[in-house]
Amino acid sequence: MAAEESGHDVVRDERWSRLMAAAQAGDRACYEALLRDCLPFIRAVVARQHRRPDRIEDVVQDVLLTIHRVRHTYDPRRPFTPWLAAIARRRSIDLLRRRMRSDAREVADEEAYETFADPAANKDKDAADRAAELALAVATLPEGQRQAIELVKLREMSLEEAAQASGKSAGSLKVSIHRAIKTLRAHLRGA
Amino acid sequence: MKVSGATERLIERLAADATPMRRLPPPAMRTVLWLLPVAALAAIGILVFSDLRTFLERARDPKLAIELAATLVTGIAGVLAAFELSLPDRSRLWALLPLPTLALWIASSGYSCYRHWIAFGPEGWEIGESSHCLAFILATGLPLGASLLLLLRRACPLSPIPVAAMGGLGVAGIAAFLLQFFHPFDVTFMDLGVHLVAVGLVVAVLSLLAKLPPRDAAARPGAR
Repeated sequence: MAAEESGHDVVRDERWSRLMAAAQAGDRACYEALLRDCLPFIRAVVARQHRRPDRIEDVVQDVLLTIHRVRHTYDPRRPFTPWLAAIARRRSIDLLRRRMRSDAREVADEEAYETFADPAANKDKDAADRAAELALAVATLPEGQRQAIELVKLREMSLEEAAQASGKSAGSLKVSIHRAIKTLRAHLRGA
Repeated sequence: MKVSGATERLIERLAADATPMRRLPPPAMRTVLWLLPVAALAAIGILVFSDLRTFLERARDPKLAIELAATLVTGIAGVLAAFELSLPDRSRLWALLPLPTLALWIASSGYSCYRHWIAFGPEGWEIGESSHCLAFILATGLPLGASLLLLLRRACPLSPIPVAAMGGLGVAGIAAFLLQFFHPFDVTFMDLGVHLVAVGLVVAVLSLLAKLPPRDAAARPGAR
């Protein structure tokens, strides 16, 4: 039985490796097939650190984005599964640590989530989906714009701090943020 | 298994964005590609500015030869380990690669200091040419480190700080090796301490630089 499973793992690994090699060459269908095929494996790795289904899904999406960002580091002469598992494990632990840090600083107040006078506004079932849309839109911004948005809007740095961290002038950052917001607005309207 | 709408859309978007890309060469090749121009520049600097005859005379001493070899191998091993560690699927044990020669480097330098101290007494504790050594290691190690960091960041390392620290150890080792060509005297204990502080500074600066947001190497078709 164990031998049968191990044989299955080898066949699966070879298939994933071939799909990733094709994806690196620009084959979109293979890339899509690979990401879909890997999802249960990624979920299983993530579920070792996270319990809530919505949180698992957030981490899985983060792992997919990371795979996309580092896919040029995969060498098809090596097995694919350890490469994938390392990314899933690393991102999962990073997000767990980040959550623990924010939990240590923040106190949950259930009523605080009710922020709008219109009750319907507080029960938007698509909120998580839209957050993921936004994360993806930010990830696909041109480099300069993405960096400006990440430093100033997501990490909440001042313009001076962001200028120091990025090596760009405050004026240049302002222009990048303005362009990024314009791009995001157009992107999300079209989504 | 059910796939959420957001994950579904994310996969479609990522697939639509999958343009052809160049894979990173293997770490050993990346190490060689980085070392070649460094070696060429170092050779020019040594031929033009160093007192090669004095150096060759000093290098006949087996203890100095061991120290030189240990310093150089620590440098190369640190750079190779940094390139390995920058990839997601490589073992963290690569971080141990430069440690044996680092220990040998410190031990052989320490022994040279001890001999110097026995021969010269309290002068063995004096700050010899330490300030020049510090300046040399920083002036050589930091530009080398910056160029190495640019290459390391192309892998978008999942844990950038240990990768940068390992690269810092590598370039500091190489800088300390080159220093021997311009350092025609025995080191004092103080010199050794300053060498180690300089190595620590290079490692610390590169680790801090590693915190800067990474460039999206995958987005560039010519990524190496």
